[in-house]
Amino acid sequence: MSSSNNQDVYFIPEPSKWPVVGTIALTTSVIGAVNTIHSGELSLLLPVGLLLIAYLFFGWFGAVIKESMDNCYNEQVDRSFRIGMLWFIFSEVMFFAAFFGALFYARIIVMGWLGGSSNNAMTHELLWPAFDAVWPILTNPDNVKYVAPAEKMGAWGLPAINTAVLLASSVTVTIAHHALRAGHRKPLIMWLAITVALGIGFLFLQVEEYAHAYSEMGLTLDSGIYGSTFFILTGFHGFHVTMGTLMLFIMLVRAIKDHFTPEKHFAFEAVAWYWHFVDVVWLGLFIFVYWL
Amino acid sequence: MSAVIEAHDHHDHKPTGIGRWLFSTNHKDIGTMYLWFSFIMFFIGGAMALVIRAELFQPGLQFVEPEFFNQMTTLHGLIMVFGVIMPGFVGLANWMVPMMIGAPDMALPRMNNWSFWLLPGAFGILIASLVMSMMGMGSAPNFGWTFYAPLSTTYGPDSTDYFIFSVHMMGLSSIMGAINIIATIMNLRAPGMTYMKMPIFVWTWFITAYLLIAVMPVLAGVVTMMLTDRNFGTSFFDAAGGGDPVLFQHIFWFFGHPEVYIMILPAFGVISQIVPTFARKKIFGYSSMVYATASIAFLSFIVWAHHMFTTGMPVEAELFFMYATMLIAIPTGVKVFNWVSTMWRGSMTFETPMLFAIAFIFLFTIGGFTGLMMCITPADFQYHDTYFIVAHFHYVLATGAAFSIMAAVYFWLPKWTGNMYDETLGKIHFWLTTISANVLFFPMHFVGLAGMPRRIPDYSLQFAEFNQMASVGAFIFGFSQLIFLYVVIKCIRGGEKATEQVWEGADGLEWTLPSPPPFHSFTTPPQVK
Repeated sequence: MSSSNNQDVYFIPEPSKWPVVGTIALTTSVIGAVNTIHSGELSLLLPVGLLLIAYLFFGWFGAVIKESMDNCYNEQVDRSFRIGMLWFIFSEVMFFAAFFGALFYARIIVMGWLGGSSNNAMTHELLWPAFDAVWPILTNPDNVKYVAPAEKMGAWGLPAINTAVLLASSVTVTIAHHALRAGHRKPLIMWLAITVALGIGFLFLQVEEYAHAYSEMGLTLDSGIYGSTFFILTGFHGFHVTMGTLMLFIMLVRAIKDHFTPEKHFAFEAVAWYWHFVDVVWLGLFIFVYWL
Repeated sequence: MSAVIEAHDHHDHKPTGIGRWLFSTNHKDIGTMYLWFSFIMFFIGGAMALVIRAELFQPGLQFVEPEFFNQMTTLHGLIMVFGVIMPGFVGLANWMVPMMIGAPDMALPRMNNWSFWLLPGAFGILIASLVMSMMGMGSAPNFGWTFYAPLSTTYGPDSTDYFIFSVHMMGLSSIMGAINIIATIMNLRAPGMTYMKMPIFVWTWFITAYLLIAVMPVLAGVVTMMLTDRNFGTSFFDAAGGGDPVLFQHIFWFFGHPEVYIMILPAFGVISQIVPTFARKKIFGYSSMVYATASIAFLSFIVWAHHMFTTGMPVEAELFFMYATMLIAIPTGVKVFNWVSTMWRGSMTFETPMLFAIAFIFLFTIGGFTGLMMCITPADFQYHDTYFIVAHFHYVLATGAAFSIMAAVYFWLPKWTGNMYDETLGKIHFWLTTISANVLFFPMHFVGLAGMPRRIPDYSLQFAEFNQMASVGAFIFGFSQLIFLYVVIKCIRGGEKATEQVWEGADGLEWTLPSPPPFHSFTTPPQVK
């Protein structure tokens, strides 16, 4: 399709039902989610909404894939997709920035103030004089309301292995990309499959770690700010790895179906960008949540 | 700027019926939906403001319970910010940006439609909580539009969780809309339309879109922490677990301060289109306008804690945020002086859009000056949480952002509909709106300085006269908008035919298209010299 890069032919998609389906799906899901949280039992709206979201993804991306395979897209559309994906990833970076900001604020400022530094001697004296401001917190200010964990999550066990797994997966996805650009289909499929496997491996180890944290360490979502920041950061990262692995898996299926050409494979590139982003976030987590 | 245009009417295969709107991939139709959505929300949010002003007409409790009053202030703020000003500007961007840069449509038309249709879902959820509250089932959000913890966490009503997801959907809508605008401006400019030839409105929206992408995810983050604090036992905003309620304010205002510029930068863009047109001169200091916009956007990220001077931050932080905030006055001043210089020795005429634009320059600047007063930390200790703040942000948002949207509607309505609006009614609307807005908001400065707190349904006797003035102004202001509605509908249904250029001094690609423009604006790119 690289031949038709002349700008006199603009591509504008035909009217599409997917945006409205998307709104119905999301509205249904969120009402279902809140009803489930409030009543403590599954609201039917939630699974219905989630199924609609799955239908939305299959339908909308299916339509885009079909248009792409029918060579509807010129270079201008390709550039729009690239700009869109790039700034979408930036918005994701800012989403994580909010949680990293909370972590740094809690570690640097809240710890100091609850411990009596700056002009907060009386805060410490009057509120929780027994509170020992050391990160990670092993005794919460109010240790009855929030039961603190027994120990800190170390960096050099599972997390270090997981770092290696994710870094390796970034390498394998790059090798797959090189194979794609060289037109070598078999290595592409192989390295992409390995990347998917590494993603699944990471998630498996992460589940192991969570199970260990909950059952043996007493490190839970409600064990004070240490547990809160730990689980919200690693949890959202894990969710992004799950989405990334799914996306990589779809790329694998498309590679097997021979959808990509050495020149034209933006879907693959977009997923690879996303995967590298997930990797970089993990490095931040490894350093600031697990290690330091 | 001149362009070669061919209008391909045979390409105009407009879809018909409800499907045209539900399944649209057309920037004009989607822009129209955004603008009508904003208009409807303006009346809903305005009705809430009238409930507030009716209650505040006299001291004591007259019409509503304090609990309901709190829901009114909260929803009025949320609806005006997220449901009126933001969608209003996105609607203008949808209509005008492709036409101004010589593009056929937005870069990602289907996503564009999703950005719009998320809004009825989000606001449906939010308004449903109010309807349920009025039917006696629980309370709608009642913690103020800033939803500070612990009011929204420990003490928030059950509807808070629906509110959280509604904010998620608004954020998704804004992020996708912003990505679309960035992709359109970067990728769909006509040949020859270099960045420094773009109309200022396009520039201001380009920069606004970056602000949106940078801060809407942070808002999503903070409401997510609220959700987990409320339901899953986390302690982000609870000091008992090592968190801090002030952390909420930091994250919220890291979003919130850029957010106020998201609501004013496109207004600057609108004014920068209108003033040169009716002064019949090129804009004074084009490049300084661009750099001033970018400077304001940059500064907006390092001033957030000026909303939090009374939280007990260390004095070093208070000083930093005070001085950083003062810096904003410089690029903003550049803009005001540029508008004034554009008018200097121009051949001015005063059609309704120009009247609104000039009123904007005066009244927004008053709001800017009160902003400068509040950025002085020790002075702000007195102003904090009083009606002075309410006066300030209504001068910048109502007589600022909302006035600019009205100016834009009068300015571009002939282009959109192909008919001229009724100038006499437009002028009546302008004068009623402008005078009543000042009767409404100006006295709030005085009661605020005298110490009347915001968000309270009752007040001391000495504030009564000024509050009565404000309430009278509010009702005139509110009902004057029905004239606006009538003018818009009348213009859509007919009137004197508009020419391509519409206004004598109008300059730019959008004025080279027929009025109304073809369904897909430029099917072949114009050449910009």
